[in-house]
Amino acid sequence: MNETILTPQELIDRFTTAFGKSISDQRIQIRAEGVKKIQNSNIWMTITRDILKPAISMLKEISYPHLSVISGWDVGEELRMQYIFSIYFGERHGEYMVIFTVPLTKDDLVLPTISDLIPGALFTEREKQEMFGVTIQDIPDGRRLFLPEDFPEGVYPLRKDETGVPDSMIKHLWQVKRPTDRPAPPVTEREEEPKAGAEDTKVKKEEKKGENPPPEGKKPEAEVKSDE
Amino acid sequence: MSEGTPTKKAPYVVPIGPIHPALKEPVQFLFDMEGEVVKKADFAPGQAHRGIEWMGMRRNPIQIIHMTDRICGICGVTHSFAFARAIEQIVDIEVPAHAEYIRVIIAEFERIQSHLLWAGVAAHELGFDTLFYLAWRVREEAMDVIEYITGNRVNYGLIQVGGVRRDITPEQHPTIQKCLDGYRDLLGKMLNLFLKDTTIAIRCKDCGLLSFEEARNLCTVGPTARASGVPKDVRVDYPYSAYGDLDISPILPTAYGGDINGDVYDRIVVRLLEVAQSVEIIETCLKEMPEGPILWEPKLPKLLSACKKAQGEAVGRHEAPRGECLHYVAMDGHEAPAMWKVKASSYSNLHSWIPMLEGEQLADVPIIVASIDPCLSCTDRVAVIRGAKRDLMTKEDLHQLSVEKTRRIQGC
Repeated sequence: MNETILTPQELIDRFTTAFGKSISDQRIQIRAEGVKKIQNSNIWMTITRDILKPAISMLKEISYPHLSVISGWDVGEELRMQYIFSIYFGERHGEYMVIFTVPLTKDDLVLPTISDLIPGALFTEREKQEMFGVTIQDIPDGRRLFLPEDFPEGVYPLRKDETGVPDSMIKHLWQVKRPTDRPAPPVTEREEEPKAGAEDTKVKKEEKKGENPPPEGKKPEAEVKSDE
Repeated sequence: MSEGTPTKKAPYVVPIGPIHPALKEPVQFLFDMEGEVVKKADFAPGQAHRGIEWMGMRRNPIQIIHMTDRICGICGVTHSFAFARAIEQIVDIEVPAHAEYIRVIIAEFERIQSHLLWAGVAAHELGFDTLFYLAWRVREEAMDVIEYITGNRVNYGLIQVGGVRRDITPEQHPTIQKCLDGYRDLLGKMLNLFLKDTTIAIRCKDCGLLSFEEARNLCTVGPTARASGVPKDVRVDYPYSAYGDLDISPILPTAYGGDINGDVYDRIVVRLLEVAQSVEIIETCLKEMPEGPILWEPKLPKLLSACKKAQGEAVGRHEAPRGECLHYVAMDGHEAPAMWKVKASSYSNLHSWIPMLEGEQLADVPIIVASIDPCLSCTDRVAVIRGAKRDLMTKEDLHQLSVEKTRRIQGC
């Protein structure tokens, strides 16, 4: 591990000299908060898939990185995967974040595993496979992580195209009616009606009595709401 | 391990979990057992995945901020803090310094109550129920102050994009100070009860070990990482909010004079000393809190229209009681974020269970599982497969095993 601490700009320079055109859109996001306005910085770099592993190896040589998570963003024609690292932790006010964005075209959603470099990455790689439909090559454990076993294949919840969660799988709470196959609730109807609008409620009550089972009585209300 | 019928071969597979419906983080464990020793451990999370990110991508940031309150029942401010910081970076909002101090104060109160809750649970898992009652009783004082400041015990709804929704006025300081003084007096007693107790030492020392390399390579965070000697604390490393103004250092087990072993005992040390650190932080913040407004923009429609126009991506982080919590947000000029990824602290810590649990006894499972401060629900139902027979063990049975081990050690 290198003893000298690089500034964010020096880190970017080192990456650009090493990888040249494979790195684009590099920028430093600086923020100062509180009273003393001490600056914190996040480095963003867009890199190609080929240099993902060499770039992480290089980051490891500089300082062992902490991988927070791999995130993704479906922007339509491509998927952008963000590898969110922080380095130089343990240095007071010295830590900064390094975020590699790896764009992937939708017809070639393959990434190499980085769990051989950072074992803790396995967890989030498994999540990316099931949530975005990205294939992680050589992943040591390719099982699903969060999604249940009976979740349909080929549906990726965080995608925004046709492979995302279809409308048929979405349950709108306001459309959910009382189940019809169950007995009516053992609640006796109240004797006294509230004073306001007494006429209306009496009429409604009579309707309810006429129709059995009770879910039918609730139906008009549910329909009105679903129209909204 | 006699050579009996082929069905009764070791290792036995012991599944634990997956769920009790009321639990925050139900997890299923699978243990390959050889006698009482865990040979191989595996787990499957996600038994209660609610698709919060999916819901968030159909709402605007101000609606999401109230949804983030409800991601976790204990970290009521953590997620809204991290999310608000991400949005503030995208929209380029400067949060008033006064509001930053209020955010830090409430975040530290949350740490106090969360660590005390954990301490109580740990004592309960060991069968030390008097200590459990004590820890949970003193936790109430922090809960009361949180209620005093925010109006709620959980789901505080304090953080807003660009600031906080309620002020801490000078008239409130004495009540808060009284609570802090109470904790300062109590700390010696708690340290004495937890760390000088022979039984706790026997059960927790050299139990659930996680080495420095494992903690670093598995990307663990928070007290779990610090107990293994990884000096990672976002509050210290990364100057954000009012934490940049404070003079703090990460708490490692060496702060109590011992070596770093990375065992359950060290995790107790780190958490208890962090309660003391939080008390100091809150006092400093109360003293040094600058004057000023509490919100960047009090009018919600204005705030919302600023958010709508914004484009870009950002990462908001906060050191939660359990470690780094991270929110990645991308906005593309629409009302709802284009992408929102929540990385809770336990997300980074769960996989450290595997090296911790392997080689340990079944009776130690509850305290080791608890030691990273996840939701304990995991151990709610245990099915023990011995040969073709399948016995169901409840959480109580497993807890009983742990209590019996304590009693055995005590020799009573």
